[in-house]
Amino acid sequence: MGGEVKTSMLAAQIRVARRNPQASSFLLDVSIEVPAGITILFGPSGAGKSTLLDCVAGLVRPDAGRIVAGDDVLFDSPNGINVPAQKRRTAYVFQTLALFPHLSVEENVAYGLSGLHEEERQRRVGDILAAFRVEKLRWEKPGAISGGERQRAALARSLVTEPRLLLLDEPLTGLDAELKAAIVDDLRAWNAANRIPILYVTHSREEVDALGERVIALENGRVVSRGAPMDVLDAPRRKRLAQAAGFENLLRGTVRDLREADGVMRVRLGESECEIEVPLGYAAAGDRVQVAIRAGYILLATERPRGLSARNVIAGRIVSLEQRGTLVTARVDCGVTFVVHVTPGAARTLELTTGKEVWLVLKTHSCHLVE
Amino acid sequence: MEALWLSFRLAGCVAAILLVIGTPVAYWLAYSRWRGKFLLESVVALPLVLPPTVLGFYALVAMGPRGPLGKLWFALFGHGLAFTFGGLIIASVLYSFPFAVQPLVSSFEAVDRKLLDASAVLGAGGLRTFWRVILPLSLPGVVTAVVLTFAHTIGEFGVVLMVGGNLAGVTRTVSIDIYDHVQSLEYADANRMAVVLLAISFGVLSVVYAVNRRVWTPWAAK
Repeated sequence: MGGEVKTSMLAAQIRVARRNPQASSFLLDVSIEVPAGITILFGPSGAGKSTLLDCVAGLVRPDAGRIVAGDDVLFDSPNGINVPAQKRRTAYVFQTLALFPHLSVEENVAYGLSGLHEEERQRRVGDILAAFRVEKLRWEKPGAISGGERQRAALARSLVTEPRLLLLDEPLTGLDAELKAAIVDDLRAWNAANRIPILYVTHSREEVDALGERVIALENGRVVSRGAPMDVLDAPRRKRLAQAAGFENLLRGTVRDLREADGVMRVRLGESECEIEVPLGYAAAGDRVQVAIRAGYILLATERPRGLSARNVIAGRIVSLEQRGTLVTARVDCGVTFVVHVTPGAARTLELTTGKEVWLVLKTHSCHLVE
Repeated sequence: MEALWLSFRLAGCVAAILLVIGTPVAYWLAYSRWRGKFLLESVVALPLVLPPTVLGFYALVAMGPRGPLGKLWFALFGHGLAFTFGGLIIASVLYSFPFAVQPLVSSFEAVDRKLLDASAVLGAGGLRTFWRVILPLSLPGVVTAVVLTFAHTIGEFGVVLMVGGNLAGVTRTVSIDIYDHVQSLEYADANRMAVVLLAISFGVLSVVYAVNRRVWTPWAAK
């Protein structure tokens, strides 16, 4: 642990078998590298995201593997090294936040600074409370403040210790969008000033877009995909990942033919007459495939559109319309049922009603093959 | 009144000793992952099901001049242990053990494990976590343990009779005193003591239930 500030990399190879009987054969078996900056851990619940964080923090002991932060080995099963959680200098914001209910916000934040002089401790606590805008609440108990304030307090408590790793387990769930955006801004500012590896678990697509520099997608305890958010989440090759990433349309189909020169193939959806063109994938004519399409990427027209670059124009009929907040969800029967999102304004202008005849427009590259 | 004062001294000593001994035992019972834990749990609960005379009998044998405890005591202090205040304390500690340990175990177990994880991640070792997180959050359990052992010791009869006998000012506790009065047909005296004991027991139980219902919660509920 040199005095100079250097960007440290977290590298972890972890194997752990779940001992609880409900998930008897569950095994987390991953190898990840997390450079400084925010890396999102994404995947359906039960994929092993929290277990992975627990292993890195030292709260769960892997059966085998090696965890290295910068130059320090935190865990190494062949050599019997297992640094206890309290010595790992890891900050961990739990999903439940786990603020101490009997201590004030200030006492919570100062909890991890026991080794410091009183003056230094006061200064650091004051600075971080200001940075996360909870100074006014310093004397309050966690039970007496709002959800967003608790989340800020929990972030402040973890970050004040100047950790070398930061683990965040869905720290912003249950907050409204505006509050979330404000906290995300504070977190990004902190990240810009303190370049350490940050592992951020979330289900939320918005948080990925707002925060993520890299995404690691987990499924059933394995890494199934990694890379930039766009590459991982907009082109999911896995069905459960597609569902988790919010692809509302997951359609089964049969490959009709491949047009390799054009880089596309035609897929007949379900048992219907409906055919669409999708990007060429590893498939042969006659193969069964699944196609994932985001509901917000489908255009809806009330007359047959002409002169478009989009290759897929499908006729259908609206079977249901449902408005939730500022989003209208239309189900359109084209032989198979598509879910389409439009704005309330569009629904009004187009006079959308149940039973109305419409045309759906899908760009070839909005259609993704799923394994 | 001498008997009442003796009972209070005995109960105070026993409650204090049990808090000190019971806390680590309860901590171990609450957090150990050892599979044979149930064995110790059974031993701790034994005084709940054994007749006080059985417990008192074994305590007396152990403390007697030929018993291991009695021999050790004699070697250390030059006098026997049976029929002394010290012997009474030891027997009472055994007898009230579950009343101290069980409330502590259940309140330790009720502390959210995530708080312990949070404490560890923030750099606190086991002892610091215990003092700063587990103990403050288990205060109702601690109060219950102290009050119950105190009350239980005041009310005990069989064990005291077996181990302590009936020596005024040394081992004649209030429950024995009442028994004495009744044997001598002094019902008025017996009644006076009995009423005091009844009032104390009621007061003590009220405190226990009030604390557990969080009538005076020292911090806002979650």
